[in-house]
Amino acid sequence: MNFLAQYGSEIAALTVEHIWLTAAAMLFSTALAVPGGIWLTRSTRWAGPILSIANVLQTIPSLAMFGFLLPLPWLGERAARIAIVALTAYALLPILRNTYAGIRAIDPAIIEVARALGLTDAQRLFKVELPLASSFILAGLRTAMVTCIGIATIAAAVGAGGLGELIFRGVASVDNRLVLAGAVPAALLALVADGVLGLIERRLKVRA
Amino acid sequence: MSAALEFRSVSVFTAQERPLLEGISLTVDAGTTAILLGRSGSGKTTLLRTVNAMIVPAQGEVLVNGTPNSGSDPIHLRRSIGYVIQETGLFPHFTVERNVGIVLEAAGRPRVQRIQRSHELLDAVGLDPAVYAQRLPHQLSGGQRQRVGLARALAADPSILLMDEPFGALDPLTRSEMQDMLRGLLGRFRKTVLLVTHDLNEALYLGDRIALLREGKLIATLTPAQFLASDRPEIKSYVDAFQRGEQVARR
Repeated sequence: MNFLAQYGSEIAALTVEHIWLTAAAMLFSTALAVPGGIWLTRSTRWAGPILSIANVLQTIPSLAMFGFLLPLPWLGERAARIAIVALTAYALLPILRNTYAGIRAIDPAIIEVARALGLTDAQRLFKVELPLASSFILAGLRTAMVTCIGIATIAAAVGAGGLGELIFRGVASVDNRLVLAGAVPAALLALVADGVLGLIERRLKVRA
Repeated sequence: MSAALEFRSVSVFTAQERPLLEGISLTVDAGTTAILLGRSGSGKTTLLRTVNAMIVPAQGEVLVNGTPNSGSDPIHLRRSIGYVIQETGLFPHFTVERNVGIVLEAAGRPRVQRIQRSHELLDAVGLDPAVYAQRLPHQLSGGQRQRVGLARALAADPSILLMDEPFGALDPLTRSEMQDMLRGLLGRFRKTVLLVTHDLNEALYLGDRIALLREGKLIATLTPAQFLASDRPEIKSYVDAFQRGEQVARR
């Protein structure tokens, strides 16, 4: 109890910071990857190369990624910028891949009918393709979100803050209570995000 | 009688230059039903799809109500032509009501009007709107889905209906019910119908004229009576194949 009294407000502040880093990255990656995924379904010859690039981004170890970004101008000036750019990169692949796969998985007969009934391209996208792919896209967002929440703990290594700060401090001072004070809220955040998005995803699922 | 549809030497090729349709010329009079009959791969669906510019012929042209369809905006053209395909065609995430009204929705017509029209048509195809309007396609039987598909095709009151094996996935009894319903509807609303099928029985029952296609070529255009009486080998073989079961059973 003493521990909580001492660190409670700091844990709360770092949790908020953690959420803010993750949310900003999710916003950017969604804004890039959902339209990107849609575009790939229109120009399928780019799908292979672009998805491969996103795949490679995903495999860069997170500590190395933060390290790479550190010396860059503008980005390197503020740790939060580095963190958000790196997290955005990690979130791209699942969203891009699921948007692409979700739209491609729609029964071609449905697309054909939408065209034959005289829906414009935009109507087809917003009334038919996106609603039918929405549970896929949401599954991608869910994976991206959970990944981001986890990787955001590493962002503390470059001084971007977030719950990782408690973990790093705990490791350095061999204080397991501090490690847990960072790890437990981070894990809870991930679980909650996973649960809530999973719930929405099930509601969006369309029965064929 | 004026021609609602006219194909003038229509040819279509695949990307590899293989012909799918070769020089098809065919006229469908307004208010009549023409059947495109033939085996799988004979080109009947391809020919149907040239009407609403889903496929653009490499040579020749298709006249819709007297004007070449290449001149009109494909979106407008498609909205003005009813389209029914085999059962998969309903939007699985739309209610029955919204499925029927989708062409009006796409054209930006007000919601109240769409719902009213949609209920009117559900009635016309024998589905009580009070029961079915709010259902989703997966909650319907195959026959009911096909009724909804037909109602959807009629929503914008098109003068022309394209039907691509509309009853192909149904059991024979449901199929004959649907054929009766279609005949009833066509008696009430005067429509020009182009219907693709490989079922000779359906062709004879619904068609005013039957166009037989083989390997992308038009073999003959005949009335049902002429078709049955014909002694041309390619037509006879079709009729014989169709009557096999009956002939064996009678022996």
